[in-house]
Amino acid sequence: MLHRRALVAEVLEGRGDMAVIAGLGASAWDITAAGDTALNFPLWGAMGGAAMIGLGLAIAQPERTVLVITGDGEMLMALGALASIAVQAPKNLAILVQDNEHYGETGMQQTATGHGVDLVAMARGAGIRHTMLVTEPGQVPDLRAAIHAGDGPFFAVAKIDPETLPLVLPPREGVILQARMREAILGPLANLA
Amino acid sequence: MNLDQAPSATADWPDHIFDLLKAYNVRQVALVPDAGHSRLIKRCLADNAMRVVTLTTEEEGVAMMAGAWLGGSRAVLLMQSSGVGNCINMLSLATLHRTPMPMLVTMRGDFGEFNPAQVPMGQATRTVLEAMGTLVNRADTPGDIAANVEATLKFAFNTYRATATLIGQRVIGAKTFGKD
Ligand SMILES: Cc1ncc(C[n+]2csc(CCOP(=O)(O)OP(=O)(O)O)c2C)c(N)n1
Ligand SMILES: [Mg+2]
Repeated sequence: MLHRRALVAEVLEGRGDMAVIAGLGASAWDITAAGDTALNFPLWGAMGGAAMIGLGLAIAQPERTVLVITGDGEMLMALGALASIAVQAPKNLAILVQDNEHYGETGMQQTATGHGVDLVAMARGAGIRHTMLVTEPGQVPDLRAAIHAGDGPFFAVAKIDPETLPLVLPPREGVILQARMREAILGPLANLA
Repeated sequence: MNLDQAPSATADWPDHIFDLLKAYNVRQVALVPDAGHSRLIKRCLADNAMRVVTLTTEEEGVAMMAGAWLGGSRAVLLMQSSGVGNCINMLSLATLHRTPMPMLVTMRGDFGEFNPAQVPMGQATRTVLEAMGTLVNRADTPGDIAANVEATLKFAFNTYRATATLIGQRVIGAKTFGKD
């Protein structure tokens, strides 16, 4: 069992020019707690969209590592995306599911992963060959290395403590979130496109 | 049995759409297949500068267009009208972030439909798109399609929003399984 904020902080340590998409709710607060930057795209909604946003970005920017950090509930809403991503096979895309076996944001109701549904097996079944199940802090350096390896698509599930932490909110103006990432990736001309 | 109807092999409007996608530098083409788009899909698949992504459900394409735009690429979503219903909540991305999201929708449940299952979503397609802030154009003759699609692409990429061209079933035709 890992602590989500410590996990995300360690995964994002020395991230370089990696772009990070975070699923709505606690994952978005976690990447913000690790340091809000223009290369963070925290979602405020679009449940089930995080992985596919990552795919579109990874295809558009093949030289840049793209990491999607999301919850088990959010990933369960988009299992088909695992198939779409596996078929496209972007080497620069990594997905990290923070699995607390609950819908934390809505009051800690149980998700299917708490009943034995195995997201790593589902990703493998979809055809994502590089996967990892992280259950203890000692595995995080390997997880971090795998995210940066450029050998994707890479899919990891980290079993995390179902704790509810103080909110660390990112900007919630969507236009700013999009424009700042585009500018960070494309330069000042992004806004003249 | 083929539930969907493809445009006749001699219809050239799919080629006009393809030329427009090229002219507007569209790099990612997300789709759930529709027979009405089969020729366009073939053209896109044959083009090395376009990445065709076959989705498991249409809302994946909406999210993918958001990601493409974050990375500086233009994307488009091809689907049939029933797929619009799958996109509703995900379209909030276009409104929240002001993301260009052009959609080319082949209509079913529309002019001369045979299949009752297509009617509820087909009749609701424009309403649903508009309710989610999408600008909707409609083309009901082959000659109208290119100008209409160009307007949809321009409006999306120049004014940063979701737009759609609905290609009426009158253009595509309705299959009747020998029961007309
Ligand atoms: C389409 C949709 N359905 C339901 C919700 C309500 N909702 C918001 S966050 C959330 C749970 C997220 O759970 P998970 O992804 O596991 O994140 P956690 O908070 O557990 O880290 C739900 C159900 C929503 N925002 N959108
Ligand atoms: Mg959860």
